[in-house]
Amino acid sequence: MQRQVIAIAGVELEMYEAGEGPPILFLHGAQGFAPEHPYVAPLSERHRLIAPSHPGFGTSSLPDWIDSVDDIAYIHLELLDRLRLDQVDVIGCSIGGWIAAELATKAPKTVRRLVLVGPVGVKTGPVDRLDVPDIFALPQSNLQKLLFHDPERMRVDPARLSDEQLAISARNRETLALLSWEPYMHNPKLRHRLHRVTAPALFLRGESDGLVSAEYFAAYARLLPNARTATIAAAGHAPHVEQTEEFARTVLQFLEVGAV
Amino acid sequence: MKAWHFSENAYPYLPPADEYESIRVSLPNRVYDPEKGAALYDRFLDEWLIAEDEGMEIMLNEHHQTATCVDPAAPLVLAALARLSKKARLLILGNPIANRRQPVRVAEEMAMIDVLSRGRLEAGFVRGVPYEVLPANSNPVRMNEREWEALDLIVKTWTTHDGPFSHEGRFFHYRAVNIWPRCYQQPHPPIWISTTSPSGAARVGAHGYVQATFLTGFDGTRAVYDAYRRGWREAGRGNDVPAHRLAYAAMVYTAPNEADARAGAEKLLWYITSNKVPPHIANPPGYVPVQANVAMLRGAEHPLSAFRKSASVEGAIEAGIMFAGTPDQVYRQMKKLYDHVGGFGHLLIMGQAGFLEHDETVLGIKTFARELYPRLREEFPDTVITGTG
Repeated sequence: MQRQVIAIAGVELEMYEAGEGPPILFLHGAQGFAPEHPYVAPLSERHRLIAPSHPGFGTSSLPDWIDSVDDIAYIHLELLDRLRLDQVDVIGCSIGGWIAAELATKAPKTVRRLVLVGPVGVKTGPVDRLDVPDIFALPQSNLQKLLFHDPERMRVDPARLSDEQLAISARNRETLALLSWEPYMHNPKLRHRLHRVTAPALFLRGESDGLVSAEYFAAYARLLPNARTATIAAAGHAPHVEQTEEFARTVLQFLEVGAV
Repeated sequence: MKAWHFSENAYPYLPPADEYESIRVSLPNRVYDPEKGAALYDRFLDEWLIAEDEGMEIMLNEHHQTATCVDPAAPLVLAALARLSKKARLLILGNPIANRRQPVRVAEEMAMIDVLSRGRLEAGFVRGVPYEVLPANSNPVRMNEREWEALDLIVKTWTTHDGPFSHEGRFFHYRAVNIWPRCYQQPHPPIWISTTSPSGAARVGAHGYVQATFLTGFDGTRAVYDAYRRGWREAGRGNDVPAHRLAYAAMVYTAPNEADARAGAEKLLWYITSNKVPPHIANPPGYVPVQANVAMLRGAEHPLSAFRKSASVEGAIEAGIMFAGTPDQVYRQMKKLYDHVGGFGHLLIMGQAGFLEHDETVLGIKTFARELYPRLREEFPDTVITGTG
């Protein structure tokens, strides 16, 4: 993939790009983006895949003024302007799904089709229960079980990562906390803005996702006027990593044919 | 040297530690018996007043959702002490201002206590330990920035006397700040900051506030004080840092004979051994720098967590986090640390913990105050110039 750094509003934004064809803006989840991720190849085969690292993730800088998902949605809208892209398909995973949803409410016409994978960002349940389990108050081993269908297969041994990779991973987690601490994993305003997102939307959920429940997922999708849902078997919160083939097949069919 | 009696107001009547995940944050409060708790509050207040009678100063702190320190609103206890005590300085160390949403309210509380005590307040401020972010629902990222904006605002609140001013900062917003009462001490009570990191200490030194450090032992304390002195000098405050700008907190137990001293010291270790906290509560993202998290992922451990696994009185004394024994022994242990770190002017005495009973606590206070404190005051004047670092 081609890597470049673009300066936007004080952010040195890292961006990867590969492939030719109709553009896809890929908004990564909490684990960050890396060009070697398995979904890159299928998504860039017939499309121009554009994958920025959100401010504070990867090697993108994090200026003091940024502290919300809302801020990041504006950065990515500016990125599209810089790339002279009037309309793109957007895929957002987890917190990237939240960013995608915010972006789509701010500039609905920019989004041709929207794919939200295990998205967070809205509050749909009762006051006395967190919609998303508190990932900052869970032992790491429990968290892995909520994240993956097969935690053992997806386990990453820190000993096999370089100091630089570990630093990026620790910083990603720090930025995640900054953005999602309070209100926890949601913007109370977002649900009242989603009616603006009239583009066809696909909500995708790994069947074993322990963070985004089936109930939350369905309630979230109902907030958009033109959304459908699909489930990927034998996958957790990151079906794009855990079941890449099925993920890519489903997403590309939706983007190219409009069906699932 | 000034000595301060410090008690965390712990509630020690807990189930066996293997029956709960954490003594902090998640331990259900059904374990707490308010009758026993009321008796403990009475007792701890009495002990502070006994320390005052013995010529010592008074120190208290604040934690939340924990059996280790049942003082979630330290200014309330401080207000009681302001009326119950007569002459001791009253140190709160401190107000967790990275977690308090209204710094001006903190300034009001402190000004009120300063007036109530007729100018005996020593106002300490802390960022708040990592376990505090969940109870406060406080974002663990950018806490230092919040702490310093809050502190600067509090100082301005204390020192502005000509009607309302406004504050539109990064984290806090006010349109009309004009507190009543104003402080009793002018321009404001002495300010203390606790930090265990050298980078924080340099900034405290630049402001000339009193620097306290807790259980950092020989080299850790030295690093904090050196950084403080560097910050002090670089800010143009002169070359000499007097001892009264530096404080050290340790577990201290003094008794007339070795057997009693040993027994008291063993009980004091509860302060360390009881602190069962799992990593996901002890290290929220953003609380420590990225590089420290990388080191932890590579297996590094906080010195106190490592110590806890095989805690012993000997180990604690060797590490410089405890001084315990007869007055002479305590003197020698303390002097060894004092010399190693370049001197300090305040000894913050963790003098009660866990099951150290009232009589035992009082024995520790009285033996220290009568048999050792006069010697410390004489040999370690707080005007002495510290360190060479």
